Amino acid sequence: MTYIEDNKELIKEVLDAYPEKAAKRRSKHLDVYEEDNSKCGVKSNKKSVPGVMTTRGCAYAGAKGVVWGPVKDMIHISHGPVGCGYYSWSGRRNYYVGTTGVDTFGTMQFTSDFQERDIVFGGDKKLAKLIDELEVLFPLSQGTTIESECPVGLIGDDIEAVARKKADETKKPVVPVRCEGFRGVSQSLGHHIANDTVRDWVLPKADEYRKLPEGFEPSPYDVNIIGDYNIGGDAWPSRMLLEAIGLRVISQFSGDGSFNETVMTPLAKLNLIHCYRSMNYICRHMEEKYGIGWLEYNFFGPTQIAKSLRKIAAQFDETIQANAEKVIAQYQTDMDAIIEQYRPRLEGRTVMMMVGGLRPRHVIPAFEDLGMEVIGTGYEFGHNDDYKRTEDYIKDGTILYDDVSGHEFEEFAKKLNPDLIAAGIKEKYVFQKMALPFRQMHSWDYSGPYHGYHGFAVFARDMDLAINNPTWSLIKNPWEAK
Amino acid sequence: MRQIAFYGKGGIGKSTTSQNTIAALSETLRVMIVGCDPKADSTRLMLHTKAQTTILSLAAERGAVEDIELEEVLLTGYNNVRCVESGGPEPGVGCAGRGIITAINFLEEEGAYEDLDLVSYDVLGDVVCGGFAMPIREGKAQEIYIVTSGEMMAMYAANNIARGILKYAQSGGVRLGGLICNSRKVDKEIELIEALADRLGTKMIHYVPRDNVVQRAELRRMTVIEYEPDHPQAQEYRTLARKIEHNKDLVIPTPITMDELEELLVEFGFMDSDEEYKKVLAADKATAV
Repeated sequence: MTYIEDNKELIKEVLDAYPEKAAKRRSKHLDVYEEDNSKCGVKSNKKSVPGVMTTRGCAYAGAKGVVWGPVKDMIHISHGPVGCGYYSWSGRRNYYVGTTGVDTFGTMQFTSDFQERDIVFGGDKKLAKLIDELEVLFPLSQGTTIESECPVGLIGDDIEAVARKKADETKKPVVPVRCEGFRGVSQSLGHHIANDTVRDWVLPKADEYRKLPEGFEPSPYDVNIIGDYNIGGDAWPSRMLLEAIGLRVISQFSGDGSFNETVMTPLAKLNLIHCYRSMNYICRHMEEKYGIGWLEYNFFGPTQIAKSLRKIAAQFDETIQANAEKVIAQYQTDMDAIIEQYRPRLEGRTVMMMVGGLRPRHVIPAFEDLGMEVIGTGYEFGHNDDYKRTEDYIKDGTILYDDVSGHEFEEFAKKLNPDLIAAGIKEKYVFQKMALPFRQMHSWDYSGPYHGYHGFAVFARDMDLAINNPTWSLIKNPWEAK
Repeated sequence: MRQIAFYGKGGIGKSTTSQNTIAALSETLRVMIVGCDPKADSTRLMLHTKAQTTILSLAAERGAVEDIELEEVLLTGYNNVRCVESGGPEPGVGCAGRGIITAINFLEEEGAYEDLDLVSYDVLGDVVCGGFAMPIREGKAQEIYIVTSGEMMAMYAANNIARGILKYAQSGGVRLGGLICNSRKVDKEIELIEALADRLGTKMIHYVPRDNVVQRAELRRMTVIEYEPDHPQAQEYRTLARKIEHNKDLVIPTPITMDELEELLVEFGFMDSDEEYKKVLAADKATAV
């Protein structure tokens, strides 16, 4: 049997453990990629099958944790009982520059801490009071977002009315985000909802809110970095590269970004979008409303960085294009050295990935730069357009798994025996106990940045540390140990 | 201790009927009324007040239900009937259903249910959400009396309440005790309600005629039992009270579909049949041309 057939057989075996109905539903989310078969592909953005372990989050996680949370000089209120806020506190490592508690609030957690009384009588009065108190405590905050937790949607708190009133009183933006966790099938809807609040509550008043930097003159090289959340500092080496080729980054939305940068976005000539999944909505809106084009790029690994820099430069004039070539050449030596150092230690090693927004495809070329091979990949909450884009990155025989369950992922790993699993915290210890090297691809395992040339150095080192750690020779997986 | 509940569409005279009935029941039993309506009007005729301080309003004022004492919200009214109101949010905010759950949990924890022969819940309108079903869930009211009249919406609500009872009948053992017809002086009212009762698998336990003495007593914030104890209307409530006291005919209701309910109304001439409806529309069109 061929590799493709083997893997198809494996999917069948894995599905065998399910009851008939569940097997039927899950079968549509699992497939083997075949270059010359246009019929292959997986279903996505569907409700998870009850009873399986899914790693998905909720709309609140998408809106607060991903899109709005990193806007550093606003206060983001978790509106509802304390748990949602507490357990999402600083989970994403969105680095930022600022004095926390004075002019920035990224690692702080604000909640209306609902009590029984707030459910019965409505939490709007408490919310208003909370915003008043925060205004006194943190006068340098540049605004507020209100992220609804589930009960708020059930009792129908009018957070929009509170937002309007408090925006009038404080003369600062107050953005109500109706991201109740029960909405939608995953965190993906939360991204969309958050994008919509930027469209409906922020951009219409952008001219009023905007504070132009002193001496600011529009330039044809103004761009926005959209959908880089600065996890472990990712946006910084990305910004350096864009500036090195002669572009001016006028806004980072939202990693290490300020509210003012959010309202600067309509002034740019081009939106450069890294995480397509979570921010394509606002890019499409800005294209329609302001005629700002948008371009997806990939800053993982030297191959893609060079490709992306050229693609970006092609949108501008020859000077920028020449700069791009210079920058690529300038880093070539460093990149060659990294590859020379790590490739012999990683060559031929196989990886299975399962991450969120863009990484299940974007990171593949970075592994390939190190001589590694991705044999399976999948998204927690991707849509069809993500899987479509993934086809450009994967090889024949790669297993695709959408919203993979605990059982499926474990069984695939047992059979395919990869050298590395690259997924999230929920999977980490399961696979490490199976004696499989593991890296967290959501938070970079407290490391990073991984974006840009600087990030690739860290990425290469981390993969080597995980895979070639001598610990793995000392332990056996449970079935081998018997 | 028996626990009963009065349910019915808003404005049907449910609170008046229940308080008059309770007043009559209090002549032989030790009774507590638990008002489960944000309007908090289930005890006013007992206490001779506009509305008593509710559990939830006091809890909101103090911070939490843990901050209030039972004596502050459990008052003694006419003939030693104990009175408590759950209260709830103002219209349009919060969750009244959760309020009822909170209030009943409070009463249980604080021992309000001791030394009683009968507890009566007075519950707003339809069974609109889980919270309003709280009084018929496990360990609470075991007998439901639906107050209705011969009007379409009242009957619609009655049928819906029967559906709520059916839902909890298996898990919690709640039963339907019967329909109380609070007369609106509609034609063929008794026959209609008896027919509805029959469809629901129960009976019309009593027909309460309309009498102005009820309004005269209400003006004085009293039940008829207290205001004019010898009036024939007081006797009607006593009769109803005795029927409830000795009611053994507790059933799992058989709610009907909306279509069946409409058929019933057509049958009694409250609604026209589909054919009749089309004829009228056609006639309107003809005149318009």
